[in-house]
Amino acid sequence: MSHTLKIDNLHVSVEGKEILRGVNLTIHFGETHALMGPNGSGKSTLGLAISGHPNYEITSGSILLDGEDITEWEADQRARAGIFMAFQRPVAIPGVKTADFLRHAATNVRRPDRKEGEDLIPMRDFRKELKSKMEQLKIDSEFARRYVNDGFSGGEMKRSEILTMAMLSPKFSILDETDSGLDADAVRLASASIAEIGKDKMGLLIITHHDKLLEHNPPQFTHVMLGGRIVETGGAELARELHDHGYERIRKTYPEAEAANQEMLAKEETVSA
Amino acid sequence: MNAALIANESLGKFSREGFDEFVARRIDPVWLNETRKAAWESFDAMEWPNPRDENWMRSDLRGFKLDKFSPVDETQALEQTAAPVRLRDGVDVGGALSSVNGLVISQSLDADLAAKGVLFCSLSKACRENGELVKKHLHSLIDSASDRFAALEKAMWSDGAFLYVPRNVVIEKPLHLHSSMLEGGIDLSHTLVVLEEGAQATVLTECSSATEQGSGFHCGGIELILGARSNLRFVSLQDWGQKVWAFAHQKASVGQDATIQWTVAAMGSRFAQVDQQVELVAPGASSFVNGVMFTRDRQHLTYNTIQRHSAEHCTSDFLYKSVLQDRSRTVWRGMIKVDEGADKTDGYQRNDNLMLSDHARADSIPGLEIKADDVRCTHGSTSGRVDEELIFYAQTRGFTRREAVLMIVTGFFQQIFDRITIESVREALGAAIARQVRQVD
Repeated sequence: MSHTLKIDNLHVSVEGKEILRGVNLTIHFGETHALMGPNGSGKSTLGLAISGHPNYEITSGSILLDGEDITEWEADQRARAGIFMAFQRPVAIPGVKTADFLRHAATNVRRPDRKEGEDLIPMRDFRKELKSKMEQLKIDSEFARRYVNDGFSGGEMKRSEILTMAMLSPKFSILDETDSGLDADAVRLASASIAEIGKDKMGLLIITHHDKLLEHNPPQFTHVMLGGRIVETGGAELARELHDHGYERIRKTYPEAEAANQEMLAKEETVSA
Repeated sequence: MNAALIANESLGKFSREGFDEFVARRIDPVWLNETRKAAWESFDAMEWPNPRDENWMRSDLRGFKLDKFSPVDETQALEQTAAPVRLRDGVDVGGALSSVNGLVISQSLDADLAAKGVLFCSLSKACRENGELVKKHLHSLIDSASDRFAALEKAMWSDGAFLYVPRNVVIEKPLHLHSSMLEGGIDLSHTLVVLEEGAQATVLTECSSATEQGSGFHCGGIELILGARSNLRFVSLQDWGQKVWAFAHQKASVGQDATIQWTVAAMGSRFAQVDQQVELVAPGASSFVNGVMFTRDRQHLTYNTIQRHSAEHCTSDFLYKSVLQDRSRTVWRGMIKVDEGADKTDGYQRNDNLMLSDHARADSIPGLEIKADDVRCTHGSTSGRVDEELIFYAQTRGFTRREAVLMIVTGFFQQIFDRITIESVREALGAAIARQVRQVD
């Protein structure tokens, strides 16, 4: 299979403030890319902009999926076209069972032309599939009956996102700090699950600070983001360097981007103050 | 403001002459005739609800004109309408009754139930044939002095349903009751349910108009009388046309160790104001009330609920949830009243509102009035706009915006669905909700 997700000179603003200032990135199906960078550099913003969050305004540049311009598409159209994001903090949907949610989601994503009200995947087939995926990911079967992310621990949320990814088998997955807030065992489990579900079966963009996640999912490419731009791209060794030595060298090498990063952080603080 | 607007309007056919003509065309027993006349006098002497009255201060009655409607008398011949029926799908009923414009046009009851002494028939018929029984209970719970609509209903109700279940008789199959209204029609009807000691029944009631945008006037009463150790599951789906004005007084009296599970779903009408009261009159009585309101356009629905504990060791549990679209409005006023001496009371009330539009408005006014010492009463309410982040999250999982909203709304009501023990009712309500959800911008 050959699919390509191409981000071309992407500029994104939130509430009128520019956060991404010209991001270029190309991911092919089957590749693993790591996206690293200090706080406020724009990593999550890139994920949300690719997913189609309505508050993230793309002011210039484009997102191309297999050559098709999806920049103006709604989030659900993108999902049906094969874009997925595992959220750092997925929201809870009280009263909606995880199994029911995933059945509807899987139906829509697998049948992109499905109209509202048309049949969902047959219950029996779906249950069987869900059960086997949950076993594979070592998720308790009781999970399916719980309400979506409602009262989930940090680890449960992340595993639920990975389970969703497994059920939707997207072409491209953005994993936004899927290892944050987890203890060592949970990180190991999440990392192994991602490798099992994602390796060679999709294009992965892993946003992370940890090396554990990347140990199980060695990236072919590591991108460093600073001040809303990708300032450097390397291989797995770059991820290791950043993990071991931090962003000091990057900050010094790219003073302009560093200044932009500081400026964005300052604005962020003003807004939240 | 409201009072003045109505008071200046003519009573039209609801004048003294209209009333005299109405009773002259009926075949009522003498006692009923006298009751009607007394109620008419009090209606005539009363003012329309005062907008300073706590129950009415949030009600906007502009546009309601009584003289646009005419009373229905028994001499009129009416046929079944195209008004939708939603609660009967796939349900094996033990009896059914349907009415048009407040007149019963068909009734049936399984022979084995009739043989056990169960009565399920037109209320007018019951007054003639089982006068003593009906007289003892009819309007025994609703205070006709509470407002002019209650008095009007007592004076000029045209028909309705009477269910009587004798001692220890258990009705397994649900009984179904459908009231429909023709365009511009009226429904002045009364439902009276009497369960003797140890009796059990399930009653599914619903009302609808011939067309979705139908206009009309409903002024009704429901009285549910539960004897000791009886058990009633009562469901009412209000789906009147979108231009109907509806006023209702509904009250249950629950006896010793008896249980009522009362489910209300209100979706229809332009304006509806319902006073709903459950009184726990003897120790061990329990009530569970589930209310769903789902509004759109400029609908305005009001529920004034009272859970009244007049005996000790009783339980009341009220949960009302509303979802509002467009410029619609809901008002929920809930009151737990605990009488002196009603110790060991366990009262709970909760109201949650979900707004799908910035222009919708939900008023939620919980209240407690406790005169006993040893009670546990809790209440709470929440109101908020649907969370855009939830919609976005679902969209990233392939849901369209509308599907996402429908799912969130269904999830919001799930707590109520979990409390409804009749599967067909859960399904019918789920489908009715799905039909109402529109594109949310």
